[in-house]
Amino acid sequence: MTDRILRVALPVAVLALGVLAWGLVVYLKKIPSFVLPSPGLVFATLVKDWALLGNSLLVTLLTTLEGFVLAAAGGIGLAVLFNQSRLLEYSFYPYAVILQVTPVVAIAPLLLIYLPQPAAVLACAWIVAFFPVLANTTLGLNSVDHNLLALFNLYGASRAQALWRLKLPSALPQILTGLRIAGGLSLIGAVVAEIAAGSAGAGSGLAYRIAESGYRLNIPRMFAALLLLSVAGIAIYFALSYVTYLALRRWHESAIARER
Amino acid sequence: MNSTSTSSSIISLRNVGKTFDSGTVALDGFDLDVREGEFVSLLGPSGCGKSTALRIIAGLSAPSRGAVRWAVGEDTSAGRLGFVFQEPTLMPWATVAANVGLPFKLAHTKESYARECVGRALERVGLSGFAQNYPRELSGGMKMRVSIARALVTEPQVLLMDEPFAALDEITRFKLNNDLLALWQMLKRTVVFVTHSVFESVYLSQRIVVMTPRPGRVFTEIAIGAPYPRDERFRTSAEYGAFCRTVSKALGQATAEAA
Repeated sequence: MTDRILRVALPVAVLALGVLAWGLVVYLKKIPSFVLPSPGLVFATLVKDWALLGNSLLVTLLTTLEGFVLAAAGGIGLAVLFNQSRLLEYSFYPYAVILQVTPVVAIAPLLLIYLPQPAAVLACAWIVAFFPVLANTTLGLNSVDHNLLALFNLYGASRAQALWRLKLPSALPQILTGLRIAGGLSLIGAVVAEIAAGSAGAGSGLAYRIAESGYRLNIPRMFAALLLLSVAGIAIYFALSYVTYLALRRWHESAIARER
Repeated sequence: MNSTSTSSSIISLRNVGKTFDSGTVALDGFDLDVREGEFVSLLGPSGCGKSTALRIIAGLSAPSRGAVRWAVGEDTSAGRLGFVFQEPTLMPWATVAANVGLPFKLAHTKESYARECVGRALERVGLSGFAQNYPRELSGGMKMRVSIARALVTEPQVLLMDEPFAALDEITRFKLNNDLLALWQMLKRTVVFVTHSVFESVYLSQRIVVMTPRPGRVFTEIAIGAPYPRDERFRTSAEYGAFCRTVSKALGQATAEAA
């Protein structure tokens, strides 16, 4: 019990101390707000510019969500395909890896040339996010208990039954891990693409606001937008962690409280 | 050596061999006749190919040489056969009832009939009250009971068991030995039981097939003539001790011959 309180209280205390120190430094050293705004000013800017920033947040979140859904569908779908056919896996898995290891910042400008901007942003979010889903799902599908698989064969299970009733449920913990990583990464992908697009002068997402505010030396707004991005990332992480907990709490060791 | 008549045998293996891709010869020239309704054990040291023989009987592994014949025809699938692995091999995400009902789910059997059979199977292994529990909530012995209930739920003609109690503690193992014998006498099904325990095989079986290691083949067969029901009195009797000595000696010779 005290452990649970500490786990919440300590990070909050560290945050409070950090913000306090930040405010004190700005106040005592009389740092001008275009160099480093005080926490209070950042918060005030957030409230003042909420109409603008809130809208941008919505745009970025929508891109993130779309990228995430496509990454989930693409990652799980490809993993299932690879699991059904060795030849497909051998043919295409290396390219999935190449797509993953090539920095998305370097791909984004190219995509912006070939695709309309919203599609390019989405493609970036997808490229960054789909690989962890693919890799984790593949691992999960390949880690099925061989005896259970033998049992399914014994009772004449079809491939679809083996996939649906055995492989996917047993891969669920790994799939959810992949999705949890993908949630944060699709936000990063969206932001990277928006920044790349922003310098080309279009877009209205949060990352574009950051780039734009930077050009205008509106540092408080930069911080406010950054704050929103962080909060969005944290919210996505916790939402997906909660989904994982709900899906696994009845049966998976990772979700069960241990008696000590 | 194989003088047993094949007329009443439900499964017969003739000159069966299995060579794995790695080059290991697990079985060579393996002959076995399983008679309808009998309790027969395959006994041998670890790695003697007894599990391989069982998997070949189940159709889970194809023999490299030789033939497997079923008296009931070639159809070995879908409920004619029950298989119990060394581990309980349960789906952790499914309840006990769903695990036991798996064979019916896969065969698209009618729900009401399946539920009835699952209920009966759980009752037989003494787990009626645990239908809605998840496997992780059960002890090792209870998980194994669930596994046995699943193997019995389709009322198979033949029950194949691959060292099912090897991972359990002795008290639980003795208890499950007794329960298995009671089930066998009640249901009158054929049981092929793989084990490396002399004591377990003598306690349970009518007939013990002693195997040589690498490549696995039949060294000798020993009939255990003691009457059923067998219980703790049998386990502590001089007769039981004598059978164990005979079987141990045969196992020793089988192992020495191969070395």
